[in-house]
Amino acid sequence: MILNKETISQLASQGKRLDGRGLLDYRDPIKIDLNISWTAEGSAKVQIGNTVVMAGVKMAIEKPYNDTPDEGGISVNAELLPLSSPNYEPGPPGIKAVELARVTDRGIRESKAIDVKKLCITPGEKAWFVTIDLITINDAGNLFDACAMAALAALKSAQFPKVDPTTKAIDYHTKTGEKLPLLKEPLVVTVYKINGSFIVDPSQEEEGAYDARLSVASDERGIISALQKGGDAPLFIEEISQMVDIALDKAKFLRKVLNSELKMRD
Amino acid sequence: MSNIIAHERDIVIPGEALAEGMDFLPGENTYREHEKIYSKALGLVGISGRVIKITPLSGPYIPKIGDKIIGKVTDIAMIGWRIDTGTAYSAMLNVKDATTRFVRKEEDLSRIISIGDYVVVKIINVTSQNLIDLTMKEPGLFKVSGGRVIKINNQKVPRVIGKQGSMISLIKSKTGCEITVGQNGVIWVKGTPENEMLTVRAIKLVEEKAHQEGLTEKMEKFLNENAVPGTVISPAESHAEGEMN
Repeated sequence: MILNKETISQLASQGKRLDGRGLLDYRDPIKIDLNISWTAEGSAKVQIGNTVVMAGVKMAIEKPYNDTPDEGGISVNAELLPLSSPNYEPGPPGIKAVELARVTDRGIRESKAIDVKKLCITPGEKAWFVTIDLITINDAGNLFDACAMAALAALKSAQFPKVDPTTKAIDYHTKTGEKLPLLKEPLVVTVYKINGSFIVDPSQEEEGAYDARLSVASDERGIISALQKGGDAPLFIEEISQMVDIALDKAKFLRKVLNSELKMRD
Repeated sequence: MSNIIAHERDIVIPGEALAEGMDFLPGENTYREHEKIYSKALGLVGISGRVIKITPLSGPYIPKIGDKIIGKVTDIAMIGWRIDTGTAYSAMLNVKDATTRFVRKEEDLSRIISIGDYVVVKIINVTSQNLIDLTMKEPGLFKVSGGRVIKINNQKVPRVIGKQGSMISLIKSKTGCEITVGQNGVIWVKGTPENEMLTVRAIKLVEEKAHQEGLTEKMEKFLNENAVPGTVISPAESHAEGEMN
């Protein structure tokens, strides 16, 4: 794989990037497609530059957990398909896939984005459980932000399937039009530190050259719900607050793009 | 009775019949079966007299003795460095072929070339098992420092270099960048960041439009339109560093 590590870090300290973008610029285009899968209750495809990810939402009725009898639940799985990058192999999920799924999961879970109490049908017996599946179609960098966006778009488009009142069987072919109880809209922005400079939306080469990164999940009111730090280098407190400020600012930008894209497709 | 089935510059797929009859001869990437000549690769048909050949559009790089390539150091062994050349086969750069100075027995080889470095090297031997020996001791071969490295389809390398190096010297003179093209499709570019970007765009454009005619004129227009202000344009070099295939 080509990796221009030295040049990237040298340029970053001058405020420049390999592809000529500004340090805090996202790639063009940012595109969102909804309902790309007819078997899922909700689905979305998100493209940021050349990075393409898909998210699907499935819903099933299960017995609630014993410690939360009046709540439904969510789970997030991510798969890094071998077709999306030469670095990925088939097989059980590796560290990268698990981290991707967990960052996306915590953004949604800890912000209390889904009203899990409303997912409950009969306390202690039946509740809706929502599964979000993320798959990468092309990894050209910045999967964290793309996956969080895809997951949110898929959740927004999801509709409950019809439940037969007598047999209690779920008819996945008929959609009721009833949307998921979404309270918040969490998005993730990952800020990378390269040679003392902060950048967002890294390309794949930049992802191989960073010192540290911080994923910040925040909702539409700018309330942070989850943080994830990665990379070998340590971060100072001031650096973290700077990175969070950048992330909150860029989240506003992403939210604007997301909303205008969704409005266009309504 | 002999006649040609495919036309000049047609795109053909492997197994496609190109001509029938014994009056035509199979050239590069073609083979004869019974009376007919078939294509062995996805590519463009070229007919010169009685010989029919295919210029492949894609395919892996096949190492050839004498090729200048750019590789990435992946490992340090007892006697040298293991280099990733972009082929399926591994290449070795021996200490004796890497530097002219004396290297002591206990010396740390990573002080000379370390893992992750790029080197411009020449293939001196390819064994029957496709193991590759490299050298860095000839003029024009060096360890890369600074600039950026990009990868293109190795089949388009001849077009990036151009006839007698016309394309590469055009890009060099318009951007003021230092460019080294490896036959394996890895290209090293060094200049100001803006000019490096323009060069990368230009090379990608050549790669994309490789099969079109009059590409050099188009590229000259492209480079003039997108020239980075303030670039000192040196007079075009009369000869190019890159070699034609």
